[in-house]
Amino acid sequence: MGKLFGVILAIIALASAYPIVTHMYVQPVDISTHGHAIDEQLADTMAEAGLSFVLAQLLLAFCVWKFSNRKEGAKVFHLPGGAKLMVVAAFILVGTEVLALDVLGQKAWAEVYFTAPKPDALQIQAQAGQFAFYFRYPGPDGKFGPLHPDKIDEGNQNYFGLDPANDVEARDDIVTAELAIPVNREVHLLMHSKDVGHSFYVRELRIQQDFVPGLDLSLHFTATQTGHFEILCTQLCGLGHYNMKAYLNVLSQEDFDKWMKQKASEQ
Amino acid sequence: MRMKLIFLAGVAVLTVSMMAPARPSGGTVSGKITYEGTPAKQKPIDMSKEPTCAKQYTTPVTTETVVAGPNNALENVVVYISAGAPDEGAPSKPAVFTQKGCRYLPHVLAFQVNQELNVLNDDQTSHNIHPLAKINREWNKSQPPGSPPIVDKYDKMEFIPVKCNIHPWMHGTFAVLKNSHFTISGEDGGFALPNLPPGKYTVTAFHESYGDQSQEVTISGSETKTASFTFRAKPY
Repeated sequence: MGKLFGVILAIIALASAYPIVTHMYVQPVDISTHGHAIDEQLADTMAEAGLSFVLAQLLLAFCVWKFSNRKEGAKVFHLPGGAKLMVVAAFILVGTEVLALDVLGQKAWAEVYFTAPKPDALQIQAQAGQFAFYFRYPGPDGKFGPLHPDKIDEGNQNYFGLDPANDVEARDDIVTAELAIPVNREVHLLMHSKDVGHSFYVRELRIQQDFVPGLDLSLHFTATQTGHFEILCTQLCGLGHYNMKAYLNVLSQEDFDKWMKQKASEQ
Repeated sequence: MRMKLIFLAGVAVLTVSMMAPARPSGGTVSGKITYEGTPAKQKPIDMSKEPTCAKQYTTPVTTETVVAGPNNALENVVVYISAGAPDEGAPSKPAVFTQKGCRYLPHVLAFQVNQELNVLNDDQTSHNIHPLAKINREWNKSQPPGSPPIVDKYDKMEFIPVKCNIHPWMHGTFAVLKNSHFTISGEDGGFALPNLPPGKYTVTAFHESYGDQSQEVTISGSETKTASFTFRAKPY
């Protein structure tokens, strides 16, 4: 009976590794310049963690096979060193793994977070609020008008709290519910939350970044393919969280200019 | 068959009785609501995050904070008697406010203190209606599709902005009034407050973006007095 359990353990371990080794789950298309680094890192993490998992399970299965069906009164076998050695070995093994992931992963992380956007990157402000995203483009003057939280008037589509009556810079600001961006041009997204914590997640962009109330965070990325993609909130932000989404519309430069003109006329 | 005939006869009697002219029981205040200046441009609403609502429109709907008609007419203005008329008990018929296509219908709903308010959800999505009352008790209630109406009432006079906590663009107004002498200006900005017994009245016009204005009107007998209001519109 014990030997059968060892065999079942080995089968479960190998069967659960099969879909990952054979890439049964296809990743969503990558439409960003930095996405390949994230994908490679994910593959490395999966290989490292997967290998450790399978080896540990096989070792367990082997021990179950080898040391089961002990006869009555037989001597118990102990590994030399006892529990102390086991704890030290576990610390070294897990520590090495975590350190290895850090060292391997820092490149992918740094490419997204530790580099500055180019000076000519397209600046767009993203605002998350219960339960929708809104985006603001600076308009022809290239400047964002200041924000006045007391002026927020959602019934009037003033989601950001602009004061065009007094702020000249706010008059040409373009506010939209979808994030349209030109393909192959760097975008510098300035993120702020209107109320609670939210998150900006576009899986095709390989980006997931929280909005933190009171903090001005920013992201930069370049999309390499045109198309229509979903932006999701991935921080539980309240009752309507399930419904908090917007769309990322990656357009050719020509279509983007047209879109911009159209939106400007609607303001 | 017999039941059907009886039913039809009943409907006929009801229709005739409703068409019969009401007894003239006093004077009328009528007039027109207009604006001068340039009203704020009403922006199209992007409902793409709520496809079940977005697909109900071929062209995007716009905001309704200022709805202007031809010849500078101003729609959605609540005109009511703010002084001179006694407070009245609430009518038994409920006031109905419907959420349809991720908008509030009507945009401005006027009803009386203690009158039953029914909020319906005609959409295939959840709404969370939140009337921002300051004098009355404030509440917000979630209403998934297919839910029964939300029933409530207000016990004090107030103009209450209404929003949806799930769809930020949804916006409306409740006008909770003390008597039954009220109306809302239509597309041509016109209004009429009939059945006013002789007396001195203050007629007030309230607009959600432009505030209120009042005029004194004295009614003697069954005459019709004119009271028109002009609001100052600003582009921003």
